[in-house]
Amino acid sequence: MSDAAAPVPPSRRKLLIYAPLAAATAAGVGFWYMLRGLQDGSFNPRGVPSALVGRPPPDFTLPGIESTGLPALASADLRGLNRPVVVNFWASWCVPCIIEHPQLMALHRQGVPVFGVNYKDRPGDAQAFLTRHGNPFQRLGADEPGRVSIDWGVYGVPETYVLDRQGIVRYRWAGPITPEIMRSDVEPLLRSLGAG
Amino acid sequence: MRTFSRALERRARAWRARLGQGAPGGVVGRGAAPASRRKPASGVTRAQPSPSALLLALVVALPALAQVGDTSYRLRDPAQEERAREIGRELRCLVCQNQSIEDSDASLARDLRKIVREQIEQGRSNEEVMRFVHDRYGDFVLLRPPFRWSTFLLWATPALAITGGLLAIFVTLRRRTAAPAGLPELTEAERQRLAAIANKGPNPSR
Repeated sequence: MSDAAAPVPPSRRKLLIYAPLAAATAAGVGFWYMLRGLQDGSFNPRGVPSALVGRPPPDFTLPGIESTGLPALASADLRGLNRPVVVNFWASWCVPCIIEHPQLMALHRQGVPVFGVNYKDRPGDAQAFLTRHGNPFQRLGADEPGRVSIDWGVYGVPETYVLDRQGIVRYRWAGPITPEIMRSDVEPLLRSLGAG
Repeated sequence: MRTFSRALERRARAWRARLGQGAPGGVVGRGAAPASRRKPASGVTRAQPSPSALLLALVVALPALAQVGDTSYRLRDPAQEERAREIGRELRCLVCQNQSIEDSDASLARDLRKIVREQIEQGRSNEEVMRFVHDRYGDFVLLRPPFRWSTFLLWATPALAITGGLLAIFVTLRRRTAAPAGLPELTEAERQRLAAIANKGPNPSR
């Protein structure tokens, strides 16, 4: 008896109908999750995951900006604080940095130590920025050549890192800390790390 | 090469004729200046470079495209510079994302190009330089992602597709050859019906 001429048994016919249907459904659900992630920011195909999360930050020593009157920043300053800290990479020429500044000020008011790294900037411009928008930083390092930022894996400003009590990087956000990110990510994380 | 250049010449003449730009060296194509601003089409024919010369000039100028922006930090040793470019072509510019740091003019790409060259000058191997950048920026910086379980589908899809296709062809062919050649034998009743039809025509009742 020829196999080709034989009718397909009903169980197999069912499989032939439902298998593509199931594959299409699975693809659809996956696509929906992707779109939802795109909308709320949890999935970003262009986002660069930080290689630093789960590791201590690199060793560095940065000069300060004298006119700001703030102490300089080195990796040693981030250790042994026994409380979570925020490290923010910014520049006066960076427009999104203006958007996120109120959130940094809020963190500062809540008593969270915020450390700044001024990226590829002129000291005068950086100082003018802080005079105009307020200073949230406990310490400020100037990374004019941008090398320390590369050691951190920074690929643009603003970028913000949260370190836990032990000085291990727990979180990195590339882009401005909007009020939404503050509410959904930064504040819950700081609470869970036992800030304040 | 001679026949090629002659063919080019013929082509060029044909183009000129089609564009209605009789005068060689006239403005051609998009953005052609209005007639008043166009160079006067005097009777003097400017000496025109031969197409092969133009082609040669193009070939000679091609490497210029490979250079981006500031080239002051290029290594003096051509072998080292070549190594630096080799590494740079493997590294993604994280700002523009679809270019290598060697192709990008973003300031971060420029810094990374410099770092690659500095490290090569210090005598580090290609692997060490790659590791330096990879340690800082993770897998995303590699234009050729490493083979891991998480990247298994990414790398294995072509192989899986080919294997699947070959398997499907193999199964179909085997099924086809397994089917008996020729038609099955007629039963006695069928043979009698066939004989009746052959004798009396298709519909005996009519």
